[in-house]
Amino acid sequence: MPTVTTVVIGAGHCGLAMSRCLADRSIDHVVLERGEVANSWRTERWDSLRLLTPNWLTRLPGYSYSGDDPDGYLSAPEVVRLIDDYATVTDAPVRTSTTVTSVQQSDGGYLVHTDQGSWQARSVVLASGACNLAHVPAVQEAVPAGIIMLNPMTYRTPDRLPDGGVLVVGASSSGIQIADEVHRSGRPVTLAVGEHVRMPRVYRDRDILWWMEASGLLDERIEEMPDIVRARSLPSMQLVGSPDRATIDLNVLTGMGVTLVGRLAAIRDGQAQFSGSLLNVCALADLKLGRLLDTIDAWASHAGLNGGAAPERFAPTELPASPPLTLDLRNGQIRTIIWATGFRPDLSWLDVPVLNRKGQVIHDRGVTRSAGLYLIGMPFLRRRKSSLIDGAGPDAQELTAHLAGHLDAPA
Amino acid sequence: MTATDTPIDNGVNVEALLGVRDALPETPDMAQFQWRATCSWVKGTHSRSDVNTFYGFGGEQEHKSTFSYDADHPLAFAAEDHGSTPVEYVLVALGSCLTAGVASVAQQRQIQLRSVHATIEAEMDLHGILGADPDVRNGFSGIKVTYKIDADATPDEIKALVAQSQKRSAVFDIVANPTNIAVEVN
Repeated sequence: MPTVTTVVIGAGHCGLAMSRCLADRSIDHVVLERGEVANSWRTERWDSLRLLTPNWLTRLPGYSYSGDDPDGYLSAPEVVRLIDDYATVTDAPVRTSTTVTSVQQSDGGYLVHTDQGSWQARSVVLASGACNLAHVPAVQEAVPAGIIMLNPMTYRTPDRLPDGGVLVVGASSSGIQIADEVHRSGRPVTLAVGEHVRMPRVYRDRDILWWMEASGLLDERIEEMPDIVRARSLPSMQLVGSPDRATIDLNVLTGMGVTLVGRLAAIRDGQAQFSGSLLNVCALADLKLGRLLDTIDAWASHAGLNGGAAPERFAPTELPASPPLTLDLRNGQIRTIIWATGFRPDLSWLDVPVLNRKGQVIHDRGVTRSAGLYLIGMPFLRRRKSSLIDGAGPDAQELTAHLAGHLDAPA
Repeated sequence: MTATDTPIDNGVNVEALLGVRDALPETPDMAQFQWRATCSWVKGTHSRSDVNTFYGFGGEQEHKSTFSYDADHPLAFAAEDHGSTPVEYVLVALGSCLTAGVASVAQQRQIQLRSVHATIEAEMDLHGILGADPDVRNGFSGIKVTYKIDADATPDEIKALVAQSQKRSAVFDIVANPTNIAVEVN
């Protein structure tokens, strides 16, 4: 059986950033990849999706954007090319088409079984991603037969949907983008809205992520957060990466004619039932956005950035006095339901006792309680930007330092 | 004396509540609760409900004493008005749950409350419960809660208190979302 010091599972941007950091310390390793490099960006993205972060923020250890459109957003094929190129220039030892089937503890390390043979390693880095499975709530079982159900991983383009109404469940990044383009295609959209994070694409002439980066918000660390569970389970920002830097928030969608309803709470006798909490989840999001802009304005003022556009506040989310509480799913009005209700990692092959009762890896900033087993690429793993491409580098550097310390420690 | 010299005290032991939350990952069963009430018919539409025991924190629990509630309907309903109507108890439950939440969140956020008043109003079309129009539901067509809060905080901070209270409120969730109900006869 081949032995290697470290096995990295997953050749996305996190696995490759980790590989680069390991190579910098001359730690021999392999990167195992079930498909090709950047597999999920090749196979699990809808056609129009672009990266939510601007090009200048697309940084990895030893790589930064040098093209002529720093404020643009990469399309999915461009992201694939970027990650592919990164694997090439870093000369990452990637084994493609190698699916891990189990990881087990063994003498002084781990046994990694794959469909291409097994590896013995002293340490393992889980870099297989936070978004392997589209999470669909159990209420889907009550959807009447005949309605087509998709999720952001199976949805491609509005043209492939039947004519007629579409219920989009979830108003985070995926949900608002899909609702926008599906409604534009002439298929009337009803959007079920739970807790969400409202965000303008551009604020005071700059990308909102520029402000969050410059003011230090993206670098905030998990140990500074008063509520770790909350910080890590926050819905994704309502952002879209589009060439015209458009903001898509609930007011924009309402203006287009999208019908907003509350969180999908139940389906009974073919009737979808929506929560009466819509007003409050919108109030929460409006207030939270106000606090973010207060923070940004205070920072700008302190930093002496008073030129350019003046501070502004966005209109509160507009809602009808009595949003609909039910929707008949049997009268043919709704032909498609798109579940934009979040993603989960798939670690079904991990046979190491580091999971909690919900099947999530228990870890302290990516360090598990099983010595030599690490996790990267999860929301707010170590800092707010951990889920962005730009967050992979610093997280990988710190985890590599910890891993090196583990290797140096007497067995 | 500046505000920072005065300990914020809304009478809520937030440390104890957060201590429970911190202990839950080790002992998730502690979080499993059952709430109970009994209800006995008195006469006409008058009933009396008692609340005393509940289950939680891994064992049987008891209130300091038994609390009793008379429910009836007003004279205008040809009843004797021995107590609030059941739907008014729902308003009481919602208002008291949200207000407890406001106090707890304010304590956690270090906001001193001076006064908190809520008015809870709910619209109902009697065609529903009288069976006079099958298109009208029995329950409320809408609920409006209006808070007046005097506190050491900005208007947006007070709005955020009230919003967070709704987000964490059991009764808000019970009223806003469907719940399965099994009614059996023994």
